[in-house]
Formats: sequence, structure tokens, C-alpha cells
Amino acid sequence: MSKANKATQKSLIGDLKPAPGVKKVDPILVADGVSKRYGGLQAIDVAHIEIPKNAIVALIGPNGAGKTTLFNILTGFETADSGEWYFDNKPLRGKAPHLLPKMGMVRTFQLTKVLGLLTVMENMKLASLKQVGERLLASFFPLLWRGQDNSLELEATEILRRFKLLEKKADFAAGLSGGQRKLLEMARALMTHPKLIMLDEPMAGVNPALTESLLDHIIDLKEQGMTVLFVEHDVAMVRKISDWVIVMAEGKIVAEGLPDQVLKESAVIDAYLGSHQDSDLGLATGRITLPSSSKTKPTRSDK
Amino acid sequence: MDFQNILFNALNEILSPTTAAYALAAMGLAVHFGYTGLLNFGQAAYMLVGSYSFAIATISGWPFFGALALGIALSLVLTVILGIPTLRLRADYLAIVTIGAAEILRYTVTTTGMSKITGASEGLSGFKGTFAQLNPIPAGTYDLGIIVINEYDLWLRITGWSLVALVALLLFLLMRSPWGRVLKGIREDEDAVRSLGKNVFVLKMQALAIGGVLGSLAGILFILPRSVQPGNYATTLTFFVWTILLLGGAATILGPVLGAMTFWVILSLTQGILFGLVDSGIISFMSVTQVGQIRFMLVGLLLMLLVIYRPQGILGNKKEMSFGV
Repeated sequence: MSKANKATQKSLIGDLKPAPGVKKVDPILVADGVSKRYGGLQAIDVAHIEIPKNAIVALIGPNGAGKTTLFNILTGFETADSGEWYFDNKPLRGKAPHLLPKMGMVRTFQLTKVLGLLTVMENMKLASLKQVGERLLASFFPLLWRGQDNSLELEATEILRRFKLLEKKADFAAGLSGGQRKLLEMARALMTHPKLIMLDEPMAGVNPALTESLLDHIIDLKEQGMTVLFVEHDVAMVRKISDWVIVMAEGKIVAEGLPDQVLKESAVIDAYLGSHQDSDLGLATGRITLPSSSKTKPTRSDK
Repeated sequence: MDFQNILFNALNEILSPTTAAYALAAMGLAVHFGYTGLLNFGQAAYMLVGSYSFAIATISGWPFFGALALGIALSLVLTVILGIPTLRLRADYLAIVTIGAAEILRYTVTTTGMSKITGASEGLSGFKGTFAQLNPIPAGTYDLGIIVINEYDLWLRITGWSLVALVALLLFLLMRSPWGRVLKGIREDEDAVRSLGKNVFVLKMQALAIGGVLGSLAGILFILPRSVQPGNYATTLTFFVWTILLLGGAATILGPVLGAMTFWVILSLTQGILFGLVDSGIISFMSVTQVGQIRFMLVGLLLMLLVIYRPQGILGNKKEMSFGV
């Protein structure tokens, strides 16, 4: 392991050994015993997970591993059967989704949710929190909100320029390409001044030229002091920008660690890349054990 | 056929108080559907609440503004009853519940057990006094060029259309504000708006309340030139209002007004022409009553053609709003 990697690891987990559910030095998001069943399917069964502050954390795993479901539960869009989770030490369980951005936690969606028949600028301005003009009675009097709206426009212009969407600001968002929609969704989330931004597949469907600039934007977010948690399928991207990688399979956290280490683990490669598509994913999750697989079985701290 | 008379009758519809009432109801629906995406198929329920509460209160001796306030207050109660169970669900559920609520209310006021209060199938009359007392216009007849009316009708037209103008102004202010922006955002994708920290339920409730109050005011304006007849509040009323909204343009402020005028001019013209054709013996296989029904078939046809060929309405921007929920 290189010196830089060692330093990153020490800053994130101190002297502990990387393992699923490992304690972080300074976690921003902590979840405990989160589970969710759909009929007979255990969609989510996360014993413990901590997201380190001011880091870029990738959540990877095969299709159906429960990444998006976990996102939905943590952000209040779905309810969990059990578990507690905390953002900045404040409990989130049972909180309605619209309360989270006020606390500093914002998310994007796997299938982009731009507001198609609003302009790009309106999409941006809408996202800002605590707007006077959003109160019904105040909205009748432009005098009360015009000033705030103008300053929001300036802020939005600045962000749109960074995301290279400024020349589209007067267009309906429905007219944007798939990649531009991803960019707009991310830009829009920034209007809420988040501490933690959760991106669900920010790179999916984005052309390679745009991917580069998206990666730069994500790194940029961390430099501005934000924490980024993102779901991604492209291992090369994950390797490139993330400080920490969490691997999910069959609803469980199966591995955690620095990208170089985690992506080398054959259990992860099995689970994630599906290089052994015939073998059962239970090998990685510990649901089944085969004597011959003991080498590839990840260490589990929770059992 | 007396073409001048037919034409004058049609033109008279443009500024009739009934047209103003329909315009007001359609503006309420524009807030619901055009701006917030709420599928309210029970605008007749709000109109019924306005009509009956105003009429009953006035008959039992309430002053004009007291009866008006009661109409508004009860429409807010209806909003709470309809909104709390349905606004957390998908849009289609609101449609089902509102259409059901409108029918429940209509059957309730029609039951004979209620005849002491609502007049049952007889309806109500004798509630125009308090409104007429406020009339500053001296008694007499007034020639509007195409029609001669008395002071009550003139007063009603002036109040009705002033109300429409005032509501148009208020809606204009609302819809260009950040509040209106969030409303349109909810129409586009409520989960996205929720994820950005907006309390979608409260905003939907506010929109439902505003559109409902407009429906209630429309109900009051609707009965001032006539009496209260429970048969007027059937689902056809709701669908007339929908036709007007889609005719004018769903996400527009003045679309409902233009839609209401167009709708009533078309109804009046077709009635005049069809009756004329029957009278002059050109149509001999149908009676005047049967021909009257043809007009409403034409309304259905118009609604279908609109949805297919001009979903954005007369004033609407095709990009911004079309009937594609």
C-alpha cells in the first residue's frame, strides 16, 4: 500500500482494519440494523454502516443489491422495517423526505427527476431553501421576495456556469439531453447548500466527454467541504475519484475499504463484476459457505 | 331563421353572469390541474357547497357577506375532507374521490329527508334580496346594445366580471412567485420537489383550497341569476368546466375566461341554429327537445377533439401544458 493510501486510511478509520461496518474517525451518516423485506425477499439487511465526513464514498454492488433501496430508506422515501440512522448525530428515522435538505442532506435520483416543463433556471431557483416567496401570503407581494430571488439567480448562474449549463438557462429542462439532466440534477442539489450529497448513479447514461467533467465536479464538491456518497457501476470511475468504497450484495454490506484494496478482493469481483456469473452470490454475503471459498470470503466484523 | 337574434343571443353569452361563474370555476380548476397537476373531477362539489351554503344562510336571515363567508369556509372544510386522505396518494385517487364526493353531496341535498333545509328536488329560491340591496345602480332598464337588462342584471354582471378580473390578477401574482414555481414543480415531479426540501403536502393542500374557494364563489355567482336546482350540479357540470379549461388552456390565467366565453357562445349559436332549423322545417325528424340534447353531444365531441388535436387549448403553450397526465 502506498503512503498516500495509508494516510487516507488513517484519516478515515484511524488504526482499525478495513472491514464491513468499520467505525470511522468522523462519521457524518451512521446507520444501525437497517432492514427491509419485500415479501420473501430480504432487500436490505445492513448491520452497521458509517459514512466518513468530507470524503468521496462510493457504494457499489450488483444490480438488485439494494443500493437504491438503501438510499431511499436513508432519505425517507421508503420506510424500513427496523433500524436507526443518524445524520450529524441527529436521528432520521421517521423523518419526512422534505425535512432532510434543511439539515444539510440532499439526494439525486437514478432516473433523473428534472422538472421538465420548468426552465433550467427555474429548476435551480426552486431548489433553494428558506424562500420568503414560497409562503402563500408573502407570494402576493413581490417586494418581499424579489430581492432574494435576484440573489438566487446570481448564485444559480454561477453554479450553472461551472456545470456548463448556463447557455441553457432559459430552456425547458425537458429539452436537455440525458447527461445534461444528470448535471442539472446535481447542480440543483447544490442550491440547497448540502453537507452531504447523495448521488444515485451520477454517471449513468452520460457520454464519456461529459463524464470527465462530472468527475471533476464531484472532486470539487469534496474540496468545498462536502461529503459525497454515490452509487456507481463503472469501476474505473470509482477507482479514480473515491476515497472509500462500500460494497453491497443481497442487501448486506460485504466489503469496505480503500478503492485499490476493495476492488482487488476477489469476493467483490465475484459479487460485483459477476466474473463468475454461475456462482451464487451467497458466497460473498456469507449466506452459504463452501470450504473451497474460504480464501475469498470477506472478513466480517459483525458476526 | 332570425340570424340577428341568434347572433345577439350568442354575443350576450360573452358577458353573461353564468359565463363569469363558469370562468371562475375553471380558474379554480386551472389552479388544481393546470398548475399543480391535481386531477379534480369534482369541481361541481365545490360549486354545490358555495351555492347551497349561500342560499340556505341567506334564506335563514344571514347578511350577504356572512353568507359569502360561510360558502368560503365550507369549501375549505370540503378541501380538508377531500385532501387529507387523498393528497398523499397518487393523483388518480384524488380524481376518484372527488367525483364520488360530488355525487354524494348532490344526492344528499336531493334527499327528501333534507327538504326543509335544501328543498330536496325542488331546490331553493328567494335568496337574491341581500345581493340586490347592495346594488347602487338606480332601478330601470339599461340597453347594452345587444340586450336590454334591468338594474339587478347589470349589477350582477358588474360584480361577476369584477370578481373574475380580481381573481385573474391574484392568480397572476401567485403563479409568477416562488410559490407558483414550487406548484409547477409539483405538477412535474413531486418526489423531486420533496427531495429539495419542500413540503409538498402543504402546498397541494393550499392549491386545493384556493381552487376550491374559487369553485365555491363560482357556485354563488352561478345561482344569483337563477334559483338553486340540484340537477345543475351533476357530473356534467364538472365536465363542462373541464371542457372550458381545456378549451382555453390549462396552465393559463386567462384561458379559462376565454374558454368560458367560447363555450357559451358555441352552445348558444348551435342552439339558435338547430332550433331555427327545426322551426323552419329543415330538420323534421327531431323535436326541439331532442335537438337540445344534440348540443351536449357536440360538447362531448368538442372535448374529444380538443384533447386529440389541441391539448394545450387556445392560449396554452404546447410545451408547457398539455393534457398528458
